[in-house]
Amino acid sequence: MYRYDEFDERFVRERVAQFRDQVARRLDGSLTEDEFKPLRLKNGVYLQLHAYMLRIAVPYGTLNSRQLRQLALIGEKYDRGYGHFTTRTNLQYNWPKLRDIPDILDLLADVEMHCIQTSGNCIRNVTADHFAGVAQDEIEDPRPTAELIRQWSSLHPEFSYLPRKFKIAVTGAEHDRAVIKAHDIGLRLRRHPDTHEICFEVSVGGGLGRTPMIGKVVRDYLPKADLLAYLEAVMRVYNLEGRRDNKYKARVKILVHEIGVEEFTRRVEEEFARLDGPSVNADPAEVARIAAYFAPPSYEVLPETSRVLEATKAANPAFARWVETNTTPHKAPGYTALTISLKPIGEAPGDATSEQMRLVADLAEQYSHDELRVTHAQNLVLPHLRQRDLFTIWQKLGEAGLASANIGLITDIIACPGLDYCALATARSIPIAQAIQRRFADDERQRLIGELNIKISGCINACGHHHIGHIGILGLEKRGIESYQITLGGEATENATIGEILGPGLAAEDVPDAIGRIVDVYLAERQGNESFIESVRRLGLAPFKAAFQEVANAVA
Amino acid sequence: MLLLDKSGAKADVWTRSEGAAIDNISHALVAWEALPEALQQKSRDQRLGVIVPNNVSIAELKLVLRQLSLVAVSFPSFSDGRGFSLAKLIRNHGFTGTLRASGPLIADQFAYAISCGFDEIELPDASAGRQPVEQWLKAVAQISHGYQRGYGDNRNILDQRRAARAAGGAV
Repeated sequence: MYRYDEFDERFVRERVAQFRDQVARRLDGSLTEDEFKPLRLKNGVYLQLHAYMLRIAVPYGTLNSRQLRQLALIGEKYDRGYGHFTTRTNLQYNWPKLRDIPDILDLLADVEMHCIQTSGNCIRNVTADHFAGVAQDEIEDPRPTAELIRQWSSLHPEFSYLPRKFKIAVTGAEHDRAVIKAHDIGLRLRRHPDTHEICFEVSVGGGLGRTPMIGKVVRDYLPKADLLAYLEAVMRVYNLEGRRDNKYKARVKILVHEIGVEEFTRRVEEEFARLDGPSVNADPAEVARIAAYFAPPSYEVLPETSRVLEATKAANPAFARWVETNTTPHKAPGYTALTISLKPIGEAPGDATSEQMRLVADLAEQYSHDELRVTHAQNLVLPHLRQRDLFTIWQKLGEAGLASANIGLITDIIACPGLDYCALATARSIPIAQAIQRRFADDERQRLIGELNIKISGCINACGHHHIGHIGILGLEKRGIESYQITLGGEATENATIGEILGPGLAAEDVPDAIGRIVDVYLAERQGNESFIESVRRLGLAPFKAAFQEVANAVA
Repeated sequence: MLLLDKSGAKADVWTRSEGAAIDNISHALVAWEALPEALQQKSRDQRLGVIVPNNVSIAELKLVLRQLSLVAVSFPSFSDGRGFSLAKLIRNHGFTGTLRASGPLIADQFAYAISCGFDEIELPDASAGRQPVEQWLKAVAQISHGYQRGYGDNRNILDQRRAARAAGGAV
């Protein structure tokens, strides 16, 4: 993974010193609260319901053991012994004190981490496929691109006061695991059919929130070398033309929607043509310097399938189920990528205690070439495991409550912090997730249902990605009472789709029952090995709506 | 009003005109709407500057850039970043005169403004009263080098790495 050079190191240290100075200038009145707010947000400091919240950047979700141990330490020393992994693959602490934050930033800088641009109207933490570098369907590792964008977007002189936040995701695989179509810019590495050169497909204007939109392709094949100049052109058009009169209409998706993708593309291409590419783009040697950090580790030569693994699976059905659910095929024979579920039944989705972080750090160091990933689905990945080590790892994870075999299943729920923490929330998210988990806690039943993504947001801002959940749940507040709107048919993959609303909002206690009815329709109607979302596509919304209506009527 | 550049506070040689009435003002600063008329009145040895809103059409502005010695870009609020992109466009269209950011910016934006092509900042008294010149001069130097190429000099990190590679250094 990437390591800081002297320039990166100085940059991050100087940002910490700058933030200390900004806090001091707020305290002595040089800066008003309005002036200070974007400065603290751009360093990840939010004022939440009960306390400050600090959001730490995990660039493209990649961490090493030393970094995760430092996060564990910070959680113990300055918080309540746990942290929360987010859908932007960041880590949030919910209880730090403002006066401690500069010290926390120093501790982060010690392990090449920061909080730069984890909030605010700027380019946010860049995300990527969490199986980058190991996925079998990968054309090129997206992380060097993501790292280049991380550097380029950091304290950008021109693009730090945008109309609204701006999110970029990169994938290098055929199957989109980075939800690039729900990003302001989505980049997909692909091969040009004629030249066989690796290029970017560039999508712009995806996003969730109040007005969910799927990104539209503005360039089919952008030469890799032109990336930064092209991004500069997109950002300049957006910065100048994006709406600033209404924060809910300020994302680039609204600009693309209002002027049309053809006109938006025309303006970008016009600006791009005028830019002097060679003076803007990173030179190939710099791109190669970054890419070298992401060279694959030296794998042992192993048989495709481990006999040790097969034997332990045969002897232990619970272990076999976990392997089947939580591992992903790996490029290297005899290896596997393991997803560790942070969704044990009844816990807050995405939370990890400091003890759990230390255990995962130890496992990463010992078994996974010192590397781990955070997924946008709020789980962790050990990307380079020998299959034969899985049993030992499973046992150790089990002792720490981290061996849930539910990746991709109905209890692997994405949920934002909701009204339990967030100042923007209009309803609770975590308790809803927990109630659904308890209803579907039975392992056999979960496996029978198969892949089903439930995503919950506690307000219209959609941090919980509810629009693109197979089943989406949006918590609203109506006349002082929480009301949950259910959507169906959303998808977060290369077939990204916005879900459709099933009917009137429900009370919190009726949500698990409604989910139960929807699942029952699927189980009754499915053909062969059809997955939930495939059934929804074939059947349409009508049978699900009818079942949902029964719940709505029953409670009305 | 406080006017400052990278060296500190400076005197303002520019005088705002009433509409297009630039008379014999040596350095006349006119509003964008009054510019066509002021250009017609301008004498050979008179210098003309214009105050433009941050949503001005670059297609129109670029036609008159060569006749201007100063362009002042209005920042209606510090959080409205259009002026940074406008400055970049103005420079990319070859303007070599003075570029001024005019409005309630904050010291933390000084370095950004300079990188985007501004030479100086004109601050309203309310901002200048809270943020004295020393804070601006301190803030502008807080981050030694940025990553972006094409924003100011070649002291950016990517060009420094490139120079080190060319020199056979171990970066």
